[in-house]
Amino acid sequence: MSTPALPPTSRRWRPALEAVALPVGAVLVALLLFGVFCAVQGANPLSVFKAIQRASFGSWYSFQNTLIRAAPLILTALCTALPARLGLIVIGNEGALVVGGLAATAAGLAAASAPPVVALTIMVLAGMAGGGAWIGLVGLLHYQRGVNETISGLLLNYVAIAVLSHLVNGPMRDPASLNKPSSYSFAETHQLGGIASSNVHYGLVFGVVFAVFAWVLMEHTTFGFKARMIGGNIRAARMAGLPVARLGITTCLLGGAAAGLAGMVEVAAIHGRANESLAAGYGYAGILVAFVARFRGLPIILVAVLLGGILASGGILQRQFKLPDATILVFQGIVFLCILFSDSLYGRFACFKEKTA
Amino acid sequence: MKHTRSLLLFATALSTAVAAFAAEMSVGFIYVGPKDDYGYNQSQSEGCAGIQKLPWLKATEEASVPETTAAQETMRNMIELEGASLIFPTSFGYFDPHILKVAKQYPKVQFLHCGGLYDATKHPANVGSYFGYIDEAVYVAGIVAGHTTKSGKLGFIAAKPIPQVLRNINAYLLGARSVNPAATVQVVFTGDWSVPVKEAESATSLINQGVDVLTCHVDSPKVIIETAERRGVYVTGYHVNGAKLAPKGYLTGAEWNWTKVYTDYAEAVKAGKTLAAGTIPHLVRGGLKEGFVSISPYGPAVSAAAKKDAEAAKAGLIEGSLVIFKGPLKDNTGKEILPAGKAYLQQDLALESMGWLVDGVIGGTKG
Repeated sequence: MSTPALPPTSRRWRPALEAVALPVGAVLVALLLFGVFCAVQGANPLSVFKAIQRASFGSWYSFQNTLIRAAPLILTALCTALPARLGLIVIGNEGALVVGGLAATAAGLAAASAPPVVALTIMVLAGMAGGGAWIGLVGLLHYQRGVNETISGLLLNYVAIAVLSHLVNGPMRDPASLNKPSSYSFAETHQLGGIASSNVHYGLVFGVVFAVFAWVLMEHTTFGFKARMIGGNIRAARMAGLPVARLGITTCLLGGAAAGLAGMVEVAAIHGRANESLAAGYGYAGILVAFVARFRGLPIILVAVLLGGILASGGILQRQFKLPDATILVFQGIVFLCILFSDSLYGRFACFKEKTA
Repeated sequence: MKHTRSLLLFATALSTAVAAFAAEMSVGFIYVGPKDDYGYNQSQSEGCAGIQKLPWLKATEEASVPETTAAQETMRNMIELEGASLIFPTSFGYFDPHILKVAKQYPKVQFLHCGGLYDATKHPANVGSYFGYIDEAVYVAGIVAGHTTKSGKLGFIAAKPIPQVLRNINAYLLGARSVNPAATVQVVFTGDWSVPVKEAESATSLINQGVDVLTCHVDSPKVIIETAERRGVYVTGYHVNGAKLAPKGYLTGAEWNWTKVYTDYAEAVKAGKTLAAGTIPHLVRGGLKEGFVSISPYGPAVSAAAKKDAEAAKAGLIEGSLVIFKGPLKDNTGKEILPAGKAYLQQDLALESMGWLVDGVIGGTKG
């Protein structure tokens, strides 16, 4: 809501600069802190930075690793980001991913005789339906019974993982999978392959499309406007006659569908079956991505690629610098703490303020 | 003169570079957990440290690599960036789909997997698998436990009711019963490979029920050994020597000796042998005799009689006169497994799909 004294939104370049300068500055500060950590551990910080760059963004080969790491994070981040615009803090991403993966597996095995395109489409729909229903339940409990959505989402993660464990050890188990209980696997033709001849799978495309969809939905439609209004002031939204519960549950369904799709990609592109490797922590990493991206669709893609790059460079620090395996978690922690802290600095610097008149 | 010198220098530099390149065979090791877990991953990392001593070899390690695309990424990096010609992805869950996928992309690299899943009809020819008959060492530890227990109650904390684990539980009970026919083994399944809190709780609850010798089959026995020592009961270890964690109560333990296995493989690859050509066998197994497994040095609480019986069993297993799984054998629901006179030898495939617990084990196979 600009005051008449300010130039129109399109010409306000200073806040735009602020939105870029603050995170970039935060990353630089993080590099400095991490450099000190490396020096203490006996590694030359400059060669460590060079190695991180080489292993994450330095060549097409290593950038593929970064993109593979980023793909599931984009989808799971949306599970927190979408409901967050209505003021809900949903952290049931891991559970939604697992349920989506299970639903996709069940559907894929049931459709094993269908042509690959049909079977994969059914799996996508089943994965989204499974994940959507899981987080939809969180929304339903919140709006109908007043249950705290953060707690119910967290607890449903444990329920989902227990259900996964039960199913792959029992009803869905392939008796030939002796020492690592798993479901039956899909035929190779019914798996989601790589993009062209690269190592990157189609999960990345799903993620980017879903993130762009989320961005358009939230920033450029009336649905998104209503959702943001609820997030801004729920009482005002109710007074204005908005169907708060319906919008909220719908958004939860969409967020859950994104995480469920991530689960579908895990089973269809990577494991070829369901087993306990499905719960690999992508859901929890997605929460971090969503917060750092301030719940916006497009920044989520960037932040997921950044985190993917950080994770992809973890190995080289161990193999070539003999740093401990937790080093990359230290780096990740420092980077994200700095970015989150920089959030509190918006509006603190005079140089980023528009001059009135 | 100046020219000759610089030329000479250049030639020396070139030859050292070539020598360094030719002299070093690059080998990669991948672990699912930390290298210092007093457990499975440490045993593997000790194997890696063991072959590092070979002057013509350079080994790189990466720890805490989950069973996701991260495992594929690490294998590719070891090949592309460090030029590895031999890779040991050591976690059981790395095999399908991760090793299978990367092995197809790099047919010249040898992939060796711990756990014994190779199937010539289904898997790429440059993949092989190896495993040790660690139940032999567990059986010997069971003898020591059977001698040492006063209550006759032994406790076994296990991750999951899968064949590899059930085989160890059964071997432990059979070892203990061979010297103490009244001994029982109470089993607790924690449900996962590394859940230290549940493992500590299970140890405490078993000790409260009167169990006075504990053992386990989880990724890291550390917390179980420490809990036993703190509560003043005995413990036998698994994966690596845990004596440091329990100087008083540590009796002995079943240990892996991967250095032997990895040295054999590295030398074969250096000699130009490959899995695809069939000059390296696709399936390699071994027990006490082959030096794949061993038992920890006896602790201070082990009696002379226990040592004597344990050593006799060890000798019997090595020369083949002692068979662990032989009839008459019943499971703990009363069903007959083996009639008198029949036996499963170590390499018998029936043992690799074991789904039963022998009579004397308290607990079910459903977890």
